[in-house]
Amino acid sequence: MNPASSITQLPLTAAALSPQMTGNRPEDRRLSMSAEETKPPVTEGTRVPVIRISNLVVEYRSKALGQASHRAVNGLSLEVHPGEVFGLLGPNGAGKTTTMQVLLGFQQPTSGTACLYGVDVQEPIARQHIGYLPELTYYYKFLNAEELLRFYGRIFKLPKAVLEPRIDEVLKLVELEAVRKRLIKTYSKGMQQRIGLAQALINDPDLLILDEPTSGLDPLGRMKVREIIQRLKSQGKTVLFSSHELGEVETVCDRIAIINRGELKLVGRVHDLVKEYHMDLERIFLRIIGYQAQSV
Amino acid sequence: MNAILPLSQVVLKEMYRRKDFYVLFVLTVVLTLAAGSANFFNEDRIVAYIKDLSLLLIWVAALVIAIVTTARQIPAERESRTIFPLLAKPLTRWQFLLGKFAGCWFTCGLALVVFYFFFAVICGTREHQMPLLQYLQALWLQWMMLGVVVALVLLGSILFSAPSANATISLVVVFGILLLGRHLGKVALQQEEPARSLVYTLYFLIPHLEWYDVRDLLIYNQPLIAWLDVGLATLYAAAYALFFLFATWLLFRRKSLSL
Repeated sequence: MNPASSITQLPLTAAALSPQMTGNRPEDRRLSMSAEETKPPVTEGTRVPVIRISNLVVEYRSKALGQASHRAVNGLSLEVHPGEVFGLLGPNGAGKTTTMQVLLGFQQPTSGTACLYGVDVQEPIARQHIGYLPELTYYYKFLNAEELLRFYGRIFKLPKAVLEPRIDEVLKLVELEAVRKRLIKTYSKGMQQRIGLAQALINDPDLLILDEPTSGLDPLGRMKVREIIQRLKSQGKTVLFSSHELGEVETVCDRIAIINRGELKLVGRVHDLVKEYHMDLERIFLRIIGYQAQSV
Repeated sequence: MNAILPLSQVVLKEMYRRKDFYVLFVLTVVLTLAAGSANFFNEDRIVAYIKDLSLLLIWVAALVIAIVTTARQIPAERESRTIFPLLAKPLTRWQFLLGKFAGCWFTCGLALVVFYFFFAVICGTREHQMPLLQYLQALWLQWMMLGVVVALVLLGSILFSAPSANATISLVVVFGILLLGRHLGKVALQQEEPARSLVYTLYFLIPHLEWYDVRDLLIYNQPLIAWLDVGLATLYAAAYALFFLFATWLLFRRKSLSL
C-alpha cells in the first residue's frame, strides 16, 4: 500500500464542503449573528468541520529593500472535525504557529480562507466557542488565579451565576484550587501553564487550540496537561494542538497533519499511519520532512 | 461595553497594585504638607506661590501617571504575550483599544481625585474656605486634558514598539504643547511666508492642552468659568481624543501580531 494514499483522504460530506448549501457563508450571517447562533452545528449523519482552511497562503514581506517576501504557509488546506484531537506537527519554522495565528485572527492571510464553525476567522464572533492556550505566556502577575479567570470570563460576557461555579470547576480541573488567592507572579512555570489552560477553558469551549501546551514543563507537568487533554477528549471537545513531543502526540491525538516549509505533507489517523508505514510516529515524521541520518 | 469594562478594571487594578502611583502620591503629599505647614504670616503672594507650586506638582504627577501607565499597556501585553489569549476571545481590536483607553483615563481620574482631595483639605484647613465648584471645574478640565494625552500616547504605543521611546516622545510633545502651544500664534506672525503658514497650520492642528490649565482658579480664588465654556472645552477634548483613538484603531486593526 502506498503510504501517500492516506494524505488528505478525509471523510468529507457535501454539506461540509459547501457553505452555500448550509447557509454558513460569513458574509450572509455576520450582521445578524448572535453567540447562540454560532454554537457548533449538530447535524445528524453529517460531519461539519469545526476548522476549515482552504488554500491558505501567508507571506511575510521582507523589511529589507530588494529582499524577496517569505512564504510561511503555502496553499494549506485542512479540516478538523468535531470531537477530534488533532495534532499539527512540523519542524521549527514549518508554519504551524502561522496557521494558528490565522485561525485566531492575529495574522491576515495573503490568500485563501479560514473558518471556525463556518464563520470567517476575522469575525470576532467566530471565537465565541474556542479556547486558546499560547506558548509561554506570562499572565497578569498582579492578579490572582481567581481574578484572572473572572476577567477572562467577563470578556465572554458570562453571567455571574454561570461564571463563579465555572471558575471553581476549571480551577479544580487544573488542580490550582489551593492557590486560587495567590498572585500569579508567585506561580511556577507548570502552574502558569495550568492557569493558561484554565483561562482557555473558562467559556467551556467546544474547540481548544493549544500551542505547544507542554513546552518547558517537567515530566509531571507534561503528564498533568496530557491528562487534562484526555479528559477534554472524553467530554467530546475538539482539540487542535501543536507539539514537538511526538510520543505525546501519538498517545493523545486521533489525527495528525505534518507541515513542512508551509506545505501540508501528510494528514491522517495516527493509528492508520503507524500501521501503513510500519514505523513509529517519530520515524514517519523524520521521513516526511526529508531528514537523512548522517553516518558518523 | 461589557467587554470594555473588565479590560479597564484590570488597568485600574494594575495601578493600585503597583508602586509607581504610591511613589508619586507620597512625593506630592510630602511636598504639599511641607509647604502647607510653613507659617508665612498669611502673606497672600507667598500663599499663592505655594499653592501654585503644589498644583504644578499635581499637574506633573498626573501627566507622568497618564503617560507612563498608557505607554506600557500595549507593549506589555505583547511582551508578556497576554494579548494573544485576550484577542483570541470574542473581542474586537476597537474594544481592546477602548478598554485600554478607558482604563488609563479612569486611572488618571482616580489619581486626580486623590491629589485634589488632599490639596483641598490642606488649603481648606489653612484658608477656612473650600470653593468646591472651582475645584470641580479645575479637576474636570484637567481630566479632559488627560483624556487627550492618554489617546495620544496609545497612538504612540502602536507607532513605537519600545514603551520608553513612546513615553519620552509623548512627554516632550505634551510638555512642548503646554509650554509653547499658546505662543505659536504670535511666533507665526513674526515669520515670513511660507514659514508663517506652516506655523499657523501647526497652531491650528495641535490640541491646545494649555487651555485646560486653570490653576489660577484655585490659586487666586477666581470666579467660576462659564459652564458653556467648560462644555465646549469638554467637546474639544473629546474630539481630539476620538481622533487619536480612531488613528490608533486604523493602524492596529489589521496589524499582524507575531507570537
